[in-house]
Amino acid sequence: MTEKTFVYLNRKAPYGSVYALESLEVVLIGAAFEQNVKLIFIDDGVYQLTKGQKTDGIGMKNFSPTFSALGDYDVNQIYVDEQSLKDRGLTMDDLQALTYEDEDDDWAEKNSMHLVNREQIAELIGDADVLLNF
Amino acid sequence: MKFSIQVNEGPYTHQAADTAYQFTKAALENGHEIFRVFFYHDGVNNGTMYGVPPQDDRNVQSLWSELAEQHELDLVVCVAAAQRRGIMDEDESKRHGKGASNIAPGFRISGLGQLIEAGIESDRLMVFGD
Repeated sequence: MTEKTFVYLNRKAPYGSVYALESLEVVLIGAAFEQNVKLIFIDDGVYQLTKGQKTDGIGMKNFSPTFSALGDYDVNQIYVDEQSLKDRGLTMDDLQALTYEDEDDDWAEKNSMHLVNREQIAELIGDADVLLNF
Repeated sequence: MKFSIQVNEGPYTHQAADTAYQFTKAALENGHEIFRVFFYHDGVNNGTMYGVPPQDDRNVQSLWSELAEQHELDLVVCVAAAQRRGIMDEDESKRHGKGASNIAPGFRISGLGQLIEAGIESDRLMVFGD
């Protein structure tokens, strides 16, 4: 099968609208197609990765633990926009530490998360064959 | 060029569904190929046969059905998104013990893999919606 670069641009908060959840569903299904997959979190999208989400009070399912499974699906290129974190008073320490096991390196556990600036994000978008915007 | 179209908003609330329809129609009229139209999020509501807008308004759902018939378009409604929002074909309706189906002519229900496949197979995947 042709391998293309799929970039998922996640712009919205995890709750308040369904886009974040339904984006993650595409990523998980898409993982079976063995494509080059990159996830960008920008604007309120950075909240999707925050630690310690509790949704009991809003009657919604907390789907944030699912992100930690992405490494097992070979989804290990995750980019977080630095400016969006800054604007919201967040740092990488507020986010889940997402990792994967590198099969080419004796299954060593490696970091999936990359802090990037706007120029790098523009480059990531520019290099995408398929850009899915959620 | 071979296009696929992703429609993320339902009809009427947002113009995205109309724009997606107009883009699809224009692409076909200009000799391009539409590999698939995939309906996701509230976009699945484009696939109900029970939309009855006032007579002086366009009927977005019927426009899709007509375009599909004219051009043998592949209109795919995401099953997971459709189940959440109550869009069902006969099989789905039976499986979930519901009384009737409501999917419009020319639409079919399938999985998200169809969206990924559309991305792989097409020269461009155009996304319409918020």
